[in-house]
Amino acid sequence: MANSLKCDLCSKPATVHLTQIVNNKIHKVDLCEACAQAKGVTDPSGFSLADLLLKASLNPEPTGEAKCESCGFTQQDFKKSGRFGCAACYDHFTRLLDPMLETMHKGSTHTGKVPERIAAKKSLYERLTQLETELDQAIKSERYEDAARFRDEITQVRQSAARKPTT
Amino acid sequence: MKINELIDSQSELTDTGASKSAVVLMTRIRLARNLAGQPFPGWAKDAQKREIRDQCMQAVAALPQMKRGLAIPVENLDDLQKQILVERHLISRELCHAKSGSGIVISKDQSCVVMVNEEDHLRIQVLRAGFQFKKVWNAINAFDTDLEEHVDFAFSPRLGYLSACPTNLGTGIRASAMMHLPALVISGQMEKVVRAVNQLGMAVRGLFGEGSDASGSIFQISNQTTLGESEEDIIKHLHGVLNTIIEQELNARQKLQETDPNKLSDKIGRAFGILQNGYLLNSGEAMNLLSLIRLGIDLGVFADGQRAVVDRLFIECQPGHVQHAAKGAFDPTQRDVLRAARLRTEFAKLVAPDFTQAHN
Repeated sequence: MANSLKCDLCSKPATVHLTQIVNNKIHKVDLCEACAQAKGVTDPSGFSLADLLLKASLNPEPTGEAKCESCGFTQQDFKKSGRFGCAACYDHFTRLLDPMLETMHKGSTHTGKVPERIAAKKSLYERLTQLETELDQAIKSERYEDAARFRDEITQVRQSAARKPTT
Repeated sequence: MKINELIDSQSELTDTGASKSAVVLMTRIRLARNLAGQPFPGWAKDAQKREIRDQCMQAVAALPQMKRGLAIPVENLDDLQKQILVERHLISRELCHAKSGSGIVISKDQSCVVMVNEEDHLRIQVLRAGFQFKKVWNAINAFDTDLEEHVDFAFSPRLGYLSACPTNLGTGIRASAMMHLPALVISGQMEKVVRAVNQLGMAVRGLFGEGSDASGSIFQISNQTTLGESEEDIIKHLHGVLNTIIEQELNARQKLQETDPNKLSDKIGRAFGILQNGYLLNSGEAMNLLSLIRLGIDLGVFADGQRAVVDRLFIECQPGHVQHAAKGAFDPTQRDVLRAARLRTEFAKLVAPDFTQAHN
């Protein structure tokens, strides 16, 4: 019988298999005896599966030499520390981040509290996205009067948003 | 307020007398926040870190909740003072090891504390004795909203509050309850509970967080995921899981009483005997004995009013508190003598256990 499962942390044959079910999504971690011990999986006083999932998702090696333009942080730095260098890193490392968030969290979009200052900006951003879609549709169906109206409204919204919203 | 005044003044955890909760000792919520446009603490240069700290501490200390509180850079605290703050669950062990550029702001009643330049620029925390998620969430939410008027947080409409570690991304919330689960430990069910809780996406840790042991049968249970759900939903789910654990613990207690009442009474009685007469007690043993006394109180073996005393001793038997009370630095053996002396005095006052009720 071939044991095909390898430890997510060190690639030795895995003997400990953990499953986490969140929102009907199944996340699995396979560990060898030594890593399981080291991570306290067998310790009745508790361990953190989310940390394990994070570490496991950092293996295999991230590819590319992407670097955050804002702070100079690299993928290698992230692999070492498991933390980012600055807020802009979240824009620069989306390819690395997105699959990781899937494993780590219940969703990949924030649905909680929004700072009041940004809430105003966020609603403008949403309005803008909506207007752009409507403009596209108007052009496609050759409703040029509507298109002109949408275009003017877009200009207006852009002006009222002091800065361009990020992400 | 000065640090020593704060240490000697009444605190939320040691002096509220609100220890009516049989299983949940403490409720705590923390929020991770970062300033927009600044590198995270782990990546910032020393000068940047100090600049960030000054800005954060100034903004936090000016809030009405922090009136007459304490704001202090970490490097101005000695090791014993830091240890005491850790033992009161006010700061993390990670913050104690911060070299420079970190700070702490603590409210007068020690129920609200902000760590500056720990893993994130700001770690806001509110804690209360007992099982009180609604109260704690309302308090910390209001605090965060007030602070938001004075500083610009790093926030993305898609990913929420941006944190140094992606495990805290989104809401940046960690809600946790400190639970006393002696019957689940005695009956050997704790491993099963830990696994089940983890499968639901929550974490179980020991008394002092990651990597600490569970002496005193005290566990911290908290949410692990922070993105994709609102703060209220995260708290609601955790609350549900905690209620199930409370139920399991109470069932386990009943079962212990039914199957082998003498064994349980023997454990509690012996704990009382050692606490009244011991001369050398390390903190692990003291915690385990106190845990049995607390279980005895819950079972009606001791008077209900003693619960607050035990809850206070859980904290004051820690090494930092023992040394602070004796006004000096002592090696572990000397501390064991001091701790036992303190416990003998406390337990001399306690009426002997009455097991008639527990055996019915």
